[in-house]
Amino acid sequence: MRALLARAQELRRYPSAILGLAMICTLVILAVYAMATMPYREAVRLWQGGEGVWDENPRLAKPSWFNAFRKVKLPPTIVVDSAGRPETKQRIEFEEEGEADVLITLAFDYQYDVFPKELAVYLTANFEKVAPFASFIWRTPDGREFPMTSTSVRTRDSYRISQDRKLQAELGGRQPEIGLLAADPWAETPVPLKGRHELIVDGIVFEPGSDLDARLVVYGQVHGIAGTDHLRRDITVALLWGTPIALCFGLLAAVGSMSTTMVLAATGSWYGRWVDGLLQRLNELVMILPMLPILVMVGTLYSRSIWLMLGLIILLSIFGGALRIYRAMFLQTREAPYIEAARAYGAGNLRIIFLYLIPRIIPVLVPQFVSLIPTFVFLEATLSLLGLGDPTIPTWGKVLNDASQNGALFMGHYYWVLAPSLLLIFTGLGFAMLGFALDRVFNPRLREQ
Amino acid sequence: MTAASTTQGARRAESSFVRVARYTGVRLIAVLVTVVVGVYLTILIANMGGYVDEIRMGQIREAVGLMAGANPDLPFMSDEERIAYVEQLVAIEVERLGMDRPFLLRSFTYLANALTLNFGRAEQLISDSGSRLVRLIIIERLPSTLYLFATGQLLLFGSAILLALYLSQRYGSWLDRLVVALAPTSAAPGWFYGIFLILIFAGILRLLPFGGMVDTPPPADRLQYALSLLKHLILPISAILMGALWQTTYFWRTFFLIYSREDYVEMARAKGLPPHLVERRYILRPTLPAIVTSFALQLISMWMGAIVLETVFRWPGIGQLFFRAIGSYDTPVLLGIVVTYAYLLAVTVLVLEIVYAILDPRVRIEGRKAEA
Repeated sequence: MRALLARAQELRRYPSAILGLAMICTLVILAVYAMATMPYREAVRLWQGGEGVWDENPRLAKPSWFNAFRKVKLPPTIVVDSAGRPETKQRIEFEEEGEADVLITLAFDYQYDVFPKELAVYLTANFEKVAPFASFIWRTPDGREFPMTSTSVRTRDSYRISQDRKLQAELGGRQPEIGLLAADPWAETPVPLKGRHELIVDGIVFEPGSDLDARLVVYGQVHGIAGTDHLRRDITVALLWGTPIALCFGLLAAVGSMSTTMVLAATGSWYGRWVDGLLQRLNELVMILPMLPILVMVGTLYSRSIWLMLGLIILLSIFGGALRIYRAMFLQTREAPYIEAARAYGAGNLRIIFLYLIPRIIPVLVPQFVSLIPTFVFLEATLSLLGLGDPTIPTWGKVLNDASQNGALFMGHYYWVLAPSLLLIFTGLGFAMLGFALDRVFNPRLREQ
Repeated sequence: MTAASTTQGARRAESSFVRVARYTGVRLIAVLVTVVVGVYLTILIANMGGYVDEIRMGQIREAVGLMAGANPDLPFMSDEERIAYVEQLVAIEVERLGMDRPFLLRSFTYLANALTLNFGRAEQLISDSGSRLVRLIIIERLPSTLYLFATGQLLLFGSAILLALYLSQRYGSWLDRLVVALAPTSAAPGWFYGIFLILIFAGILRLLPFGGMVDTPPPADRLQYALSLLKHLILPISAILMGALWQTTYFWRTFFLIYSREDYVEMARAKGLPPHLVERRYILRPTLPAIVTSFALQLISMWMGAIVLETVFRWPGIGQLFFRAIGSYDTPVLLGIVVTYAYLLAVTVLVLEIVYAILDPRVRIEGRKAEA
């Protein structure tokens, strides 16, 4: 133990080790933060999306911090809601019993040089029998008015202005979010008109207690720290929760495979004869089993659960070059005098294997262990990239997979690829740098000057 | 004394061939047995204890349903007749695909077929030339995978060894330190850098293609075709190099450094031998078995890496075929590819053993003892 501490002291001489350790700490803090702020179930629910979860997020929006580096600022999402704001609503009772005109004016100040992504209105109505009726009018800062659709409103309803083909035709074929906000929709390259735009929802209710509320969402071009994907999901969720999953996966796989390999190698080399022979033949057998194709096959035909994959990866990585190397190490160690001494006082086989042989080579393997972790992190990312990630869990690899499936590179959505990639390489570099430095300290094959 | 040692030397030279041959023969048998067991395991996994059969039965019923629907007499049959007719068609189809026999029996048929590279007919996929034979489908894809990965691995290995040898003679120079500093970047695999390379050179600069093997449509002119091949090769090769070059170089540099401090190397230097001779005869020669071993192991991992890299670069090789086979649950193709992989790995291991036997003097002189 003291020797281990002394070597840890020696690590201080390597700046790469300090840096690597700092990077790993950052990741651990990020993982703890993710788990503390967002329970696992919540993360899974958010990532699975569904009705009402991500409705107000723009599709494929860039990260908000892009604006800090841009001369022409991109608009964030603007939401104007009439619920709880009586000043936006006017109610004029009609002569007939219970009928009234509900006039909602949703105004927002647009001061950007870029058009928003989309426009949509979400409506809520309460009524007993007869649904209210609403017509929509867009009023620009310079007083032009565009009448839009009229429709009866269900309890929860939405009007996607950007998908209104009739309106688009009236605007000379321009997308509504461009045509409505432009200073001149018929210009060659329209520019947004800055100032107070208004959406007027002219609703008629037919019952005494009946009421209508509207929420205008002007979808922006930027969203959150990491932007959004093609399903309006906030990528931050996957980036945050990907951290504990990646660390956990890498650590478990490394511990599982390495310790089993060690025990097998020690047992084989201690007992020798047929035990050793069997293990060696088995090793040769597994070495020619193509690991990735088998993982892919199981993922496609059976289950994509991350735990099954983890188990299979551990099982397949137990064997391989490492078992041979450890075996060679143990063969050397078993001839050591202290083992002979242990035998002389009557130590049992298991005692020798677990208390004398294995502890002996653990220090030698610490660097390898650290360097092994990112390999498994990347293996998980590889599987996800191939479309075999666990469908319920948000991971970095799955973000990459979504991005490549949707042609992110081709379409220029670089942020989508860069954020998970940077996190992956950050993890890889952190562990690898620490591993390399540990290797030099623990296994000084070379006396560095 | 002198005479005795020469005759002994002659006998040794004579028998060393026999020893290498015997060693190789033993290894060959061991590898073959391994291949048989490995392929059988693969078949078991591919069938997941009959899970695939369920899917295939579903497919058969669907296909039969369509077939029966096309029969003009169907509307005139009674319900019982109709059911009987469909069941009969299903039975014919089941028999045609050999699904009526128990899985255990079928698994041995699969094994025998797989070992003789007789993979049968694909159920869904068709080769570009229009064949349904799995063997043809795979053979069609093999050259492009070999073309990419043979080029990549040879380039990687050659440059890593040369650079490492160069660095080991210039220990502590800025280039040496740079390689040491860059080594941890190999924690990320090649496909990962591939994404960045596509982003920069195809996405932003628009200099190189996003993926594929040749332009579409392929140029008719031979020279143009070759140039187009080369152009598409640049990014995947760079990705392979970025993913492994620094760590491989670092590993060999350390390895050579240890060997170049041996007394006999110092001795050779003291004798005044030119540096390139010292490098070749006193450093490279004794480390050759280790170099070959590591090259073979690298080849093995290369076969695995092919799947992902081909997917990222849309390279029309075996890796991509594997995905299409999985997507359509085409078991014969799937199995064919995995068996091809197993064979490729086995051949790699075997070639390694033979080369090792020739290179390592311990094998030549002491026969089987070197195995331990």
